[in-house]
Amino acid sequence: MGEAGSWRSPHRLALLALGVATVIFLVGPMLVVIPMSFTGAKILSWPPVGFSFQWYAKMLEDPQWSRGFLNSMQVATLTAIVSTILGTLAALGIVRGRFPGKGIANALILSPLIVPVIIIAIGFFAFYSITRLTGSLPGLVLAHTALAVPFVVINVGTVLRTMDRNLELAAASLGADPVRTFWRVTFPIILPGVFAGALFAFITSWDEVVVSIFMTSTRFRTLPVEMWEQVRQVVDPTVAAVATVVMVVTTTLLLFVLVARRRVPVR
Amino acid sequence: MTADTPALVLGGVRKRFGEFTAVDGVDLEVRRGEFITLLGPSGSGKTTTLRMIAGFLTQDEGSIRIAGEEMTRVPPYRRDVGMVFQNYALLPHMSAAANIAFPLAMRGIQRDSIRDKVSSVLALVGLSGYGERLPRQLSGGQQQRVALARAIVFDPTLLLLDEPFGALDRKLRAQMQAEVKSLQRRLGITTLFVTHDQEEALVLSDRIAVMNAGRIAQIGAAEHLYRRPASRFVAEFVGEANLFRGRAGVIAGPAPARTVEVKLESGAAMRASLAPGDRAVHYGADLALVVRPERPRRLIAGAAFENQVAGTVAEATYLGETVRYRVTLEGGGEIVLRWPAEGERLSPGTRLELGWPASDMTAVLWA
Repeated sequence: MGEAGSWRSPHRLALLALGVATVIFLVGPMLVVIPMSFTGAKILSWPPVGFSFQWYAKMLEDPQWSRGFLNSMQVATLTAIVSTILGTLAALGIVRGRFPGKGIANALILSPLIVPVIIIAIGFFAFYSITRLTGSLPGLVLAHTALAVPFVVINVGTVLRTMDRNLELAAASLGADPVRTFWRVTFPIILPGVFAGALFAFITSWDEVVVSIFMTSTRFRTLPVEMWEQVRQVVDPTVAAVATVVMVVTTTLLLFVLVARRRVPVR
Repeated sequence: MTADTPALVLGGVRKRFGEFTAVDGVDLEVRRGEFITLLGPSGSGKTTTLRMIAGFLTQDEGSIRIAGEEMTRVPPYRRDVGMVFQNYALLPHMSAAANIAFPLAMRGIQRDSIRDKVSSVLALVGLSGYGERLPRQLSGGQQQRVALARAIVFDPTLLLLDEPFGALDRKLRAQMQAEVKSLQRRLGITTLFVTHDQEEALVLSDRIAVMNAGRIAQIGAAEHLYRRPASRFVAEFVGEANLFRGRAGVIAGPAPARTVEVKLESGAAMRASLAPGDRAVHYGADLALVVRPERPRRLIAGAAFENQVAGTVAEATYLGETVRYRVTLEGGGEIVLRWPAEGERLSPGTRLELGWPASDMTAVLWA
C-alpha cells in the first residue's frame, strides 16, 4: 500500500470525493446561468441549445435593464459611501472606546447579520412608510446601509485590533494632535480594511433582493428586483445574461478585496 | 528655563490600576544633560513612570515638571519629549526620512529646513542614503537608528528610551549602546532610560534609580549602588552579591565611617560598614551583610582580617578576564569569588581561607 501522503490513500480519495461533490452541488448551480445565457433557444432551459449573444443584445436594447443597472450602481455606490463612513466610525468607537453599553452597541450594529432579512425588510417598510421613504432612492440606500455597516465594522475592526497602539502614541509624542494622528497615522494604516469594507458594502447592496422588493416601486427598481419580476412573468434567457453580468461585477470586486487584504500590514 | 532648572522633576507621583498600585510615590530630579536610568524588574513601575512622563498616562497624585513647567494637564503632543519605543513604533507606511521628518512637519517647520535637518540627523546616526527605505526594508539595528533619529531631530527637552535594546542580538546591542551614549554626550540631551538589565544600566548611566514595588529603592551612581547598596533588594539586583544573615551587635565609630558587629546564624562574628546616611540599623536588627565577589582575598599564614571564612572550591568557571569560583564554606553556605584570571588558578577541591576588611562589606536590613 502507498504511504499516507499518496493520492491513492483512502483518506485522500474520500477528501477528493467531498471536494468534487461540493463543487458540483454548491458552486455548480451558481455557474449554470453562464452557459444558459448563451443559449440559442427561446426559453430559459437546461442544457443550453446552440450558441448566441442574442440575450445580451436584448439586455442592452431593453431600457428596463439598463435603468435597473444604473439604479443598482447608484444605490450600491451611495450605500458603500454612507456605510463606510458610519462603519469606520463605529469600529473606532467599539475597538478603541471605553463606554458603558459597548457590548450592546456592538451587538446592535452587527444584528442585521443575524436577524432574518425578511424581518428587516418588513421593519424598514413599515417604518419608512410613515416617513414616506419607501419607493425612494434615499430610503433604499438607508436600508441597505443597515445591512452593509456590519461588514465595514468587521473589516475595519479587524485591522484596528491588529494595529500597534504604540504607533499612535509615537505620533502623539512627536507632536501630532489627535486629529492629525488619525489622518496621518491611523487612517493610512487601516485603509486596506476600510477599502475591503467599502467593497463588501457595495456588493451587499448590489445583489440584495429581499429588502429591495419592499423598498422599490414600479418607477424605481434595482437590477435584482427587475430580475425577480422578470423570472416571475416570463422565462426569458435575458435574465441569465443579466445574472452573468451581476456575477461578473461581484466577482471582480471580491478580487479587489483579496488584493486589499493582502496589503494589510501586520504590525 | 535657566541653566540650573532641572530638566525633569517628579514629586510624589502615584498611579493605581484598580487595586494594584503601580507607582507608589516616586520623587526624582534629573539634571540637564544627565543620563539617568530607571532600573527594576518587571512590575516595579518603571514603564508606568515613563508613560506618565510622556503623557500617555496621567498620575493619580503628585506632580511632573519638565523644564520647570507642570505637565499634569499637558497632552503628550505638547510635552516636547522624544521617545524611543521598545518595538521602535516606526510608522510603517512612511519612509525612514518621512518618519524623521514627522515631528518637524508637526511643528510647522519649512520644507527646505526639514530636508536639511533630516539629512544631517540621518548622517548623525550613520544612515545616509537609507532615507527612502520603508521601515520593513531596514534591519533591526537600522530601525532603531531611525527611531532614535526621529526622537532627537526636534531637539526635545527630554529623551525617553523604553528598553530599546531588548530586541537586538548581543553584539549589536553593545554597539548601539555605545552609539547612543556617545550621541547623548555630544548633544548633551537629557535622557531617561528604562531597563531591567542591570549591565546595560551600569554601562550607560550617570545615575541609576533602582525601582522596586512602585518606589525608588535607591538612586546614585553605578559605583555607589554597587559598593554601598541601601537594601538587600538593591544588593541582589545590581551586580552579584554574597549575602550573610545575622543580628546586629554594637555599632561603633564616628558618623561617616561607622561599623557594626554582627553575630551570624552560624555563631561566627563579622564586622561590616554602615552606609553614611543609614539610620535604620540598630542594636539587635536582622541584617544582611553584602560582600561583592571580587573583594575577599586569600589568606596567607599570619594575615588577619575582621572577617574570615574557610572553605573548599566547588567549581571554577573561566570568564575571560576573570575566573569565578564557587566556594563551599565550612559551617554551611557558600561564597562566590571573582578573581583576575592571570593570578594563581585554583582547581576544585582546593581548601582555602578568605578574609576581607569591614570596609569591603555593607550591612543593610534583611527585610
